[in-house]
Amino acid sequence: MEPLFHNVRELVERAEKENKLISEIMIEQEIMITDRPREEVMKQMDRNLTVMEEAVEKGLKGVHSVSGLTGGDAVLLQKYMESGNSLSGDLLLDAVSKAVATNEVNAAMGTICATPTAGSAGVVPGTLFAVKNKLNPTREQMIRYLFTAGAFGFVVANNASISGAAGGCQAEVGSAAAMAAAAIVEMAGGTPQQSSEAFAITMKNMLGLVCDPVAGLVEVPCVKRNAMGAANSVVAADMALAGVTSRIPCDEVISAMYEIGQSMPSALRETAKGGLAATPTGKWLEAKIFGGAVVGSGQ
Amino acid sequence: MIGPSSSHTAGAARIGRVARDLFGRQPKWAKIHLYGSFAETYKGHSTDVAIVGGLLDYDTFDERIKTSFEEAQKVGMEFEFIPETGHVEHPNTARIVLGDDQAEMSLMGISIGGGKIEITELNGFPLRLSGEHPAILVVHDDRSGCIANVANCLYKYDINIGHMEVSRKEKGRMALMVIEVDQNVDKEVMDELAELPNITQVTRIAD
Repeated sequence: MEPLFHNVRELVERAEKENKLISEIMIEQEIMITDRPREEVMKQMDRNLTVMEEAVEKGLKGVHSVSGLTGGDAVLLQKYMESGNSLSGDLLLDAVSKAVATNEVNAAMGTICATPTAGSAGVVPGTLFAVKNKLNPTREQMIRYLFTAGAFGFVVANNASISGAAGGCQAEVGSAAAMAAAAIVEMAGGTPQQSSEAFAITMKNMLGLVCDPVAGLVEVPCVKRNAMGAANSVVAADMALAGVTSRIPCDEVISAMYEIGQSMPSALRETAKGGLAATPTGKWLEAKIFGGAVVGSGQ
Repeated sequence: MIGPSSSHTAGAARIGRVARDLFGRQPKWAKIHLYGSFAETYKGHSTDVAIVGGLLDYDTFDERIKTSFEEAQKVGMEFEFIPETGHVEHPNTARIVLGDDQAEMSLMGISIGGGKIEITELNGFPLRLSGEHPAILVVHDDRSGCIANVANCLYKYDINIGHMEVSRKEKGRMALMVIEVDQNVDKEVMDELAELPNITQVTRIAD
């Protein structure tokens, strides 16, 4: 079955022509492709939203992974915000802490919703539950946030990749952050075109990001990459809403991401052989967690 | 889904579960070969417990995935993980060889991100199976009329074919049909397919 759009340009054009939100186009596509009534499609996304809510809640209470590498940072950030001394502002830090909360739960093998993947599951809910406090959306608008993010994720998954092993972290946290930026714009009342600009601006600043997980765990640097992905998306959304545009069209940025992923050496694509995983401390942590001799990166 | 990785945990669990589905019952043993990124990071990503969870028929939300090694022991399934260094087309590739006293089966799957998987090989036959739709697998002799008979039978029950592939290893010998359909297939249809001439084995994967 032919989808309603194959790329971001078609998505934005359709939304503009039919005077609809991007989330609406995505909902219509889901109804069409899955052959289910609207009610069911919305209900399923509502369940995803609940999974995300519960993960954030759990993370904000404080969780720790089995390896002990990650956990507790979401709590630190929330406490710091309460002190009133934060420099980057409460909304931004709130988004960061909730992204961290989700990924700390993920690292502890808790239940999360992949957005678009588990390793990058913090950004979309993290930004959503932070922006929520400022924009006071209805439950339906929160569900729509996920459909908007999903519409862009659909394009990336089909035209490039959302897998760290295939395209590096730019494909995972990069895609997640760009999807979130587009969704924030729609929730804040921006146009479909502005969503596309926010996506492009975010993705451009994630290009080249490698996947180099220490000890092959989804913890270091994954949790903090989700944190910065969330910050990136909030700022890019603001830029797009201010009227800033991307000189390189959104679809071309996605193609660039794909090409960069293709030319990335496998040591930097989720093999734990290069980058931070290959640092002396990274190697030491790996040996400590999984046993065995500590070996150098050049072996 | 259960973390920490959609491709290395959830996707891996799905590959394991499809293998079990195709085998049709709880295997007694499994040898799991891991390639590429799977081979390098399977411990950290919990790919191993996820695949074993899949072989025990757990879905990606099942909390028991975390303790699947103990659960496997309870049902008496032995397993072994073999990290491979050979080159494969996709970085997240697993080959599962499993069986019991009566039969053996091998399957190769790739995890393409976000928990999505494809089955790329079954018992040495190359194929592309997304696992997103119900599917029927028919092992048959490579004879004329086999495909038409199967298609006619599905048509009789008003089952629409969404995607179909046929392959064989050698001309005139064993061949495989992979048929993705739009709705789950009843046992009645499966039995009728199995009765058709030159058909060796029929299995299905439910939605």
